[in-house]
Amino acid sequence: MHIPDGFIDGPTSLGAAGVAVTGLGVSVRKAADALDDRRAPLAGLVSAFVFAVQMLNFPVASGTSGHLLGAVLAAVLVGPWAAVICLAVVLLVQALFADGGITALGLNIVNMGLVGGLGGYVVFLGARRLLPRTRSGVVAASAVAAGLSVVLAATAFVLEYAIGGTVDLSLGAVLGAMVGVHVVVGIGEAVITAMTVSAVLSVRPDLVHGAADLLPAPSVQPAMAR
Amino acid sequence: MRTNTKLFLAAGLLLALALALFVSPFADSAPDGLTKVAEDKGFAGAEQEHDLSDSPVAGYEVDGVDDARLSTGMAGVIGVLVTFGLGVGAFALLRTLRREPEGEPATEARAG
Repeated sequence: MHIPDGFIDGPTSLGAAGVAVTGLGVSVRKAADALDDRRAPLAGLVSAFVFAVQMLNFPVASGTSGHLLGAVLAAVLVGPWAAVICLAVVLLVQALFADGGITALGLNIVNMGLVGGLGGYVVFLGARRLLPRTRSGVVAASAVAAGLSVVLAATAFVLEYAIGGTVDLSLGAVLGAMVGVHVVVGIGEAVITAMTVSAVLSVRPDLVHGAADLLPAPSVQPAMAR
Repeated sequence: MRTNTKLFLAAGLLLALALALFVSPFADSAPDGLTKVAEDKGFAGAEQEHDLSDSPVAGYEVDGVDDARLSTGMAGVIGVLVTFGLGVGAFALLRTLRREPEGEPATEARAG
């Protein structure tokens, strides 16, 4: 899913970098207000966890692999705005490992952070409305959102390719191939996200942003408890 | 009983480190979805060499470590630690930007 340099032309990459910087700026503002003191260090951990899990490619079809994006996982755990920052941190570090291009960093932040994280969280909220207000409902909504977030991010790439792809190709073919592969990757994303959210819910339900409404009482704790 | 937050963070970091060190060397090395589509549809050749392709950890391999699995595992550990440091730092900095007045507890119950 990491776009290397060269797939998308300069102007489009620059435009995406502008969108990424704007989106990050908004996310920083929103997350600064929304993230409570307990979840701030958790967001650092989520970044590190997403980095680790993104290294774990699993087979999706013959000769193709996929790995967790982790955008919905991050959004459900620490909130959508903090998730955008988590993914940006991960993508920045990955660039040091020559994974994902430097000029393509903006494109990758847009696809995985903004589209995957914010778009995925919108799906999560929608799914939660349709599902029972229980922990299982939260886990199921995470799975659905995680799976769809991968397809959304893949579709965002095709859109960028339509604007600034460097090789002239049939867009329908690229779209079909990208969506086809990433539906399968999305199934893995759904399973891993559901398992992780479920595990955190069982030990520390209070640390799951997307399940905050299920907590017994709005435990108003001063910031000192940490 | 609630697991202590510091313990939770430590356990989570240990899990991430263990996944990077012990599991990532055995990850599927086949091209990922985008790379495969690029190969099949004919735009893989447009890829340019990465500006940091001679970084000491480029391609998740640590320079000078010959054993491929150890090299990948070590690169993963370095990546997890750098990401954790940068993430914790970024979010610590972020909290200083909070606009809420001092002394008022952040009642954060909204899920959106």
